[in-house]
Amino acid sequence: MSKMTLTTEGDTHVIVTRRFAAPPEAVFRAHIDPELIRQWCLGPDGWTMPVCVNEGKPGGKMRYEWSNGKGGGFFLTGEILEVDPPRRMVHVERMHMPDPSPDNHVVTTFVADGSGTLMTMRMSLPDAATRKAMLSTGMEHGMEASYARLERLSGWKAAA
Amino acid sequence: MQVTQSLDRTLDRTFAALADPTRRKILARLARGEATVNELAEPFAISQPAISRHIRVLSEAGLIVQRVEGTKRPCRLAPDALSELEQYLQMLRRALEGNYRRLDELLAKQTKKKETKGENP
Repeated sequence: MSKMTLTTEGDTHVIVTRRFAAPPEAVFRAHIDPELIRQWCLGPDGWTMPVCVNEGKPGGKMRYEWSNGKGGGFFLTGEILEVDPPRRMVHVERMHMPDPSPDNHVVTTFVADGSGTLMTMRMSLPDAATRKAMLSTGMEHGMEASYARLERLSGWKAAA
Repeated sequence: MQVTQSLDRTLDRTFAALADPTRRKILARLARGEATVNELAEPFAISQPAISRHIRVLSEAGLIVQRVEGTKRPCRLAPDALSELEQYLQMLRRALEGNYRRLDELLAKQTKKKETKGENP
């Protein structure tokens, strides 16, 4: 049923694909317009993104800050390398936990697929130490527990 | 919550075990295959009791397992020690699935808005 695939490429990359029922222009915009990004790129239920900067052009900066509203949070910084709307964007990003993780190089492409879009995201697989740090940050923020609540997103749908 | 706390403790032990360069070298050696305590001690200029202590820390952190073979206690990597990659991918998958479900909703709302406004608002 899941429309998403997640596969590893060797021990250096992760490839994610996902289909969306909207044209590439709309899906691309949702990935680059801060007002849209902060509505969906949130992780667990109950988290918000009080700060969302995405300058949307090559050389532009990214800064996403997440908060659980109870003093917990972390942030991501990055730089945009290439933008080719609505087909492709390339950026680097790092998580601050609070020490910055090694750069994650991300290439995202959007291809028309019938009336929808096939999105493919190719990103660096963090090294073992970074994965452990990210897992432990996830645990610390109770994400594993919160993810279960995501399954009840149908409630959110009704409210939308 | 208890699950999270016990996971925290496990991670604390794992981090403490991995913090030592000798223990990381022992793990790197075991990644190539099983080895006895003597074989593990060989490359290091430290006593066998000291190596045994490192092995105990690694074993308690669940990173290695030891079996008894006569007078020898060969060590190998614990099968679960490698599953942290799986754990990471799982966490990534759940985070993305949640995000993309929200993005589906956002895109659906946009389409609806466009339809009510007409093609050229």
